[in-house]
Amino acid sequence: MAAGETLAIVGESGCGKTMTALALMRLLPEGAEVAAGAVRLEGRNLLALSERAVEDLRGSRIAMVFQEPLTALNPVMTVGAQIAEAVARHRGLGRRAAWAAAVEALGRVRMPDPAARARAFPHELSGGMRQRAVIAMALVNRPRVILADEPTTALDVTIQAQILGLVAGLQAELGTALVLITHDLGVVAEVADRVIVMYSGRKVEEAAVVGLFDAPLHPYTRGLMGAVPRGRGGARLADIPGTVPAPAALPAGCAFAPRCPLATARCRAARPPLTAPRPGHLVACWECGP
Amino acid sequence: MTLPPPLLEVADLIVHFPVRHGLLRRRVGTVRAVDGVSFTLGRGETLALVGESGCGKSTTGLALVGLVRPTAGSARLDGASVAVRGGARRALARRMGIVFQDPFSSLNPRQRIEAILRAPLDIHGVGRPRERGAAVAALMARVGLRPDQGRAFPHQFSGGQRQRVGIARALALRPDLVILDEPVSALDVSVQAQILNLLADLQRDFGLAYLMISHDLGVVEHVAHRVAVMYLGRIVELAGRADLFAAPRHPYSELLLAAAPLPDPRRRRRLAPAEGEVASAAAVPAGCAFHPRCPLATARCREGAPPPLAPRADGRLLACHHR
Ligand SMILES: Nc1ncnc2c1ncn2[C@@H]1O[C@H](COP(=O)(O)OP(=O)(O)OP(=O)(O)O)[C@@H](O)[C@H]1O
Ligand SMILES: Nc1ncnc2c1ncn2[C@@H]1O[C@H](COP(=O)(O)OP(=O)(O)OP(=O)(O)O)[C@@H](O)[C@H]1O
Ligand code: SF4
Ligand SMILES: [Mg+2]
Ligand SMILES: [Mg+2]
Repeated sequence: MAAGETLAIVGESGCGKTMTALALMRLLPEGAEVAAGAVRLEGRNLLALSERAVEDLRGSRIAMVFQEPLTALNPVMTVGAQIAEAVARHRGLGRRAAWAAAVEALGRVRMPDPAARARAFPHELSGGMRQRAVIAMALVNRPRVILADEPTTALDVTIQAQILGLVAGLQAELGTALVLITHDLGVVAEVADRVIVMYSGRKVEEAAVVGLFDAPLHPYTRGLMGAVPRGRGGARLADIPGTVPAPAALPAGCAFAPRCPLATARCRAARPPLTAPRPGHLVACWECGP
Repeated sequence: MTLPPPLLEVADLIVHFPVRHGLLRRRVGTVRAVDGVSFTLGRGETLALVGESGCGKSTTGLALVGLVRPTAGSARLDGASVAVRGGARRALARRMGIVFQDPFSSLNPRQRIEAILRAPLDIHGVGRPRERGAAVAALMARVGLRPDQGRAFPHQFSGGQRQRVGIARALALRPDLVILDEPVSALDVSVQAQILNLLADLQRDFGLAYLMISHDLGVVEHVAHRVAVMYLGRIVELAGRADLFAAPRHPYSELLLAAAPLPDPRRRRRLAPAEGEVASAAAVPAGCAFHPRCPLATARCREGAPPPLAPRADGRLLACHHR
């Protein structure tokens, strides 16, 4: 990713988006480990750094907005204290200054009455307010990379637009890169430069946002675009029949083959490689390649 | 001719929370989370509740299932009050399900998914014990979970998989009414379509009623029969789906519907950080609560009681002096 760039990651529920982000942050849950690969931030391999060195980067140079705010917040600490702690740790500010920075950060993410709400415990906030608190915590130290995992699912569209505007401002000012994991194709269309589509643990398509919306190639992506509700009240929504294969029992060929309308014997036998049928537009599919 | 009573009737529901401060947690103010909400919901109907984040939607739902104590007001299911405790509450729980907004925190982390889904059947003695395992498996299949996932614990699931566990649990007892608080917010649009189709099937076959809370206006426009728009603890407009989306009439409804992003990267808006304060339920403005942001506001809007939610000629309910 380039500085200032916005990359959206979309894909089926359970396809590995959150695990990807957690791996980059070195925050994989117990029992999960990075089996191979590298992650470089400004030239340094994050996967090879010591735990201490990663802790210094996390929350200052690279920050994450977690998918489920309630699990990311400490239930017995006020949200203001949690943000102030993040400020104090990375910027060495005193208690008062850190608290003031926390209140200011809450105000910027459109928390109502931020000075008072900083003293609230997570359970005293609405779902969208908790989400804003987690966003404030990620933004407060002005990181170079933000991994935002479904950051606006609990926000109404007006506040969502304001938060996206806030992040866009930070990107323009500091060159912050944004990885945006989202199911909301409206948000993707509005802010992404580039989009990665994942299916069953792999990238199946990648393109600039306009290219992807104008001409999605992978059958999964096309199914996804066709399933967006467009307000025809009561009509049945198109879905993609079937479910994702169990990660432990992936088929030999293309993981999408069991659900794919175009699948052939070759699809079931061998995994399609990523190819570029158009410049800058990658797809992993035997039937839609060049 | 007398109409049959609605399935659910909510009248003047009020929920206030204390604001506390300091070591002694002294009470220094009041959050007016829900401030006089009334609506009815018929059998087989879907009423959507939309509005600004923090306007009191979840609190309304939690009050209906008895998880938050209302400050005032009443709610009746089939004419009987839902503000009951003990055994009557249990009978009620069988008729009213809820899908919580935060899937993870609503699932016991030490229970396997199959135990979580089986518990309601055991508690309410539904079916023969030997058949309950099969019932759980059928439920999982309907929400798109694989049979092998029944042995897993909640933390081994993705966000959207947990959300589907919550939906399966709420549907397990085949209630009359389900409160769905952002039920599909963590799902990709294809799984979302499966779930919305499932909810529509159950509604058609068994007459389920849904109170659907959602920020996704595309989903709301697709599933709702009627829509209630809330702002700072009150319903400001209640209208049929087609009427509302064709022409919202409350100035807040207009603002909200105009802010939805379009799935078209060629028609982007210019996003900018916002100016000014956000409306706070701890300091609700006098008069119409929306007046500080309203382009139509006059002196009349700034003082006195808020405009009442009153019926208009076109059949919708509206709380605005100038519309
Ligand atoms: N702790 C764990 N142990 C075992 N499997 C896990 C664990 N956490 C996640 N998984 C599995 O890994 C896969 C990827 O999960 P992940 O959370 O990355 O999905 P996701 O793409 O973020 O989905 P969603 O859109 O639903 O949030 C899922 O199949 C999930 O069940
Ligand atoms: N237990 C509580 N203690 C104090 N205040 C609370 C409590 N629960 C909710 N509130 C407050 O009540 C108001 C309404 O919250 P609610 O969760 O109902 O909003 P919501 O409409 O569901 O918002 P969202 O769309 O963000 O989920 C908020 O100001 C919230 O901070
Ligand atoms: S009552 Fe007045 S302030 Fe409120 S929405 Fe109507 S015009 Fe605007
Ligand atoms: Mg996820
Ligand atoms: Mg809520």
